[in-house]
Amino acid sequence: MFPLRVSGLRWHAAGRAVLDGLSVELGGEGITILLGPNGAGKSVFLRTLCGLLEPDEGHIDWGGGTRPEFGVAMVFQQPKMLRDSLLGNVELALRPLKVPVADRARRARDALERVGLAHRARDSARSLSGGERQRLALARAWVTQPRLLLLDEPTASLDPSSVEAIERIVREIRTEGTRIMMTTHNLGQATRLADDVVFIDAGRVCEHAPVQRFFARPASQAARLYIQGELPWRMAF
Amino acid sequence: MANGLLKFLKSAVISVAAFASVAQAGESIVLASTTSTEQSGLFNFILPIFEKNSGIAVKVVALGTGQALDVGRRGDADVLLVHDRAAEDKFVADGYGVDRRDVMYNDFVLIGPAADAAGVKGARDAVDAFARIAKKGSNWVSRGDRSGTHAAELRFWGRAGVDVKGQGWYKEAGAGMGPTLNMAAGMGAYTLADRGTWGSFKNRQDLTIVFAGDPKLYNPYGVMLVNPARHPHVKKAAGEKFIDWITSADGRRAISAYKIGNEQLFYPLSH
Amino acid sequence: MNGLSLAFSEAFSLLAGFDHRVAEIVLLSLQVSGLAVLFGTLIGLPLGACLGVGRFPGRQVLVVLLNGCMGLPSVVVGVVVYLILSRSGPLGEFGLLYSATAMVIAQTFLVVPLMAAISRQVVEDAWREYQEELTAMRFRWFDSVRVLLHDCRHSLMVAVLAGLGRAMSEVGAVMIVGGNIDRSTRVMTTAIALETSKGDLPLAIALGTVLLGVILFLNGLAYVLRQWAMQRYA
Repeated sequence: MFPLRVSGLRWHAAGRAVLDGLSVELGGEGITILLGPNGAGKSVFLRTLCGLLEPDEGHIDWGGGTRPEFGVAMVFQQPKMLRDSLLGNVELALRPLKVPVADRARRARDALERVGLAHRARDSARSLSGGERQRLALARAWVTQPRLLLLDEPTASLDPSSVEAIERIVREIRTEGTRIMMTTHNLGQATRLADDVVFIDAGRVCEHAPVQRFFARPASQAARLYIQGELPWRMAF
Repeated sequence: MANGLLKFLKSAVISVAAFASVAQAGESIVLASTTSTEQSGLFNFILPIFEKNSGIAVKVVALGTGQALDVGRRGDADVLLVHDRAAEDKFVADGYGVDRRDVMYNDFVLIGPAADAAGVKGARDAVDAFARIAKKGSNWVSRGDRSGTHAAELRFWGRAGVDVKGQGWYKEAGAGMGPTLNMAAGMGAYTLADRGTWGSFKNRQDLTIVFAGDPKLYNPYGVMLVNPARHPHVKKAAGEKFIDWITSADGRRAISAYKIGNEQLFYPLSH
Repeated sequence: MNGLSLAFSEAFSLLAGFDHRVAEIVLLSLQVSGLAVLFGTLIGLPLGACLGVGRFPGRQVLVVLLNGCMGLPSVVVGVVVYLILSRSGPLGEFGLLYSATAMVIAQTFLVVPLMAAISRQVVEDAWREYQEELTAMRFRWFDSVRVLLHDCRHSLMVAVLAGLGRAMSEVGAVMIVGGNIDRSTRVMTTAIALETSKGDLPLAIALGTVLLGVILFLNGLAYVLRQWAMQRYA
């Protein structure tokens, strides 16, 4: 699957070019955070990687081949849960993989353990709070053991303790070797989690740099403006 | 997936058919007859006797005579029992029926409001009674459904020289005897009924028999087998058994025995 | 008025005494409509679901047609099925006319479009909600249909009850293809029609009461089900 070589992606909707020649190369390790103003095309790019959108032009090279059938999992900003238990929702992800029924429950439980929801395995998934639902979505994505995990603003509407919980889980997943790409507007989160940053503006990649270099010396005007738009904060390193 | 669905559908239809046939075990014939005969209650009385003797269940589909003959033409019934001699003879002549026999008769009666504004009670004969109703322009409810009763009614209008088309007082119900009588009762109108249905009709309100007894009101019933040469699936043996029975001494006895409040409604004929 | 109140009191004694004519007729109604709704569920619900999820040319036309069929007049269905099952018709060799089987077939034709149309609407709404997630998880459209049918089970249950109500209260189709034969194809609605036309009200009122009771019960059940589902899964 890696290195992932994206070249000249173009996609438009309602007459507007959302992806306008997006090119980037990504290696097989760590957490990449996608930053950029609203409407820059970050979510659309993730959806293209996930296979939900077909680009009008351009090419994605997945380590010399095509996207593997079951290598990519995605967590959406507002995850949708079935009218079922937590366990049932996690097991759902295992069905297309044709995992035998006996193994599904065991693996689903492991996933719920990992995100700290195992004690509520039989509860209705729709009774969860926002933070719990996000953790459940993470469990559902992780249970399929993806090589690449995509997260679209996973902590956008959560309270600080939930944000912390999600970030902790993401870091653990990274340690296991899963490649992670996520979008966020939270610059603090970006500094905490990212190994490298891809800055997207107006449908193309303006900058791709290791996280420290990006924040210390942003190379493009657009990135500088974007960073400054945030309230003053202190860098940890 | 489509294959599996088709197989399931087939087995479903078979099990439904099995359920339906279990519901009536044993042999059966379909008898297409008229609503007047069924609503008189005659069949509920005589058919159990036949079924006990022969073990054959008789399923009665009650329609107007015209419709019953249509059903026979299509081969959807085994035996017909109707009361329109002219139509029956044509049916046999056209090759749709065989072995037509006389079964029984009753008479038609003229029904109307007790007040009898048209003065039917004083009529000389049946034709005159119809003429009086037309002259007065009193409300009349017609079966309007190509039944034996309807055919008889039209013959009388013809004899009385009355053209009923487009007349405001002439209402076509397009229904069986019961609903027609209901309408007549509701409107205070005149109508022609067979004595059998009238006998068992419970919603009389203001209605009564205003004219009867004229031999012209004679209403004979005939039975026949749907032609097996034309429709090979017709249950010839069982159908003939029924026809034989209903025209036999036993059948005649059963018909005579049927009474409503001591009044016999049908009179058997011997052929 | 006296005649009417007399009829009512006779009707209630028929019901209270579990009159066996009434019981026979009610049982047949439940069997015929129950079977028809069973087939309606097995055929109509997945059919509607596939239409709700699938995207192909002409789909919109099919949806409009299906919605139109929800209000199919029962007599029209009766006539069509009659012509098909008649001995002179294409399926005449089975001799199904004037049987309970014919009534089940006619009511199935009546109920399948209704249940398919409801299923289509329900599943299409759910598909709109889940489409991204299911596609991202690599569900084929066929497996998605199964997931959605299960997820929407409560709303679909309401569709089943709607189908049952429609089947039990219709008279046109079963009258034409069944022939209202005593003890054989006489159901509640056809019996009510017959007894009323004979002016014999007690039996008609008794059956009418039972029929109303069944319909009310089904509606109440649908309501309770919806409330429970909303509580548990909202």
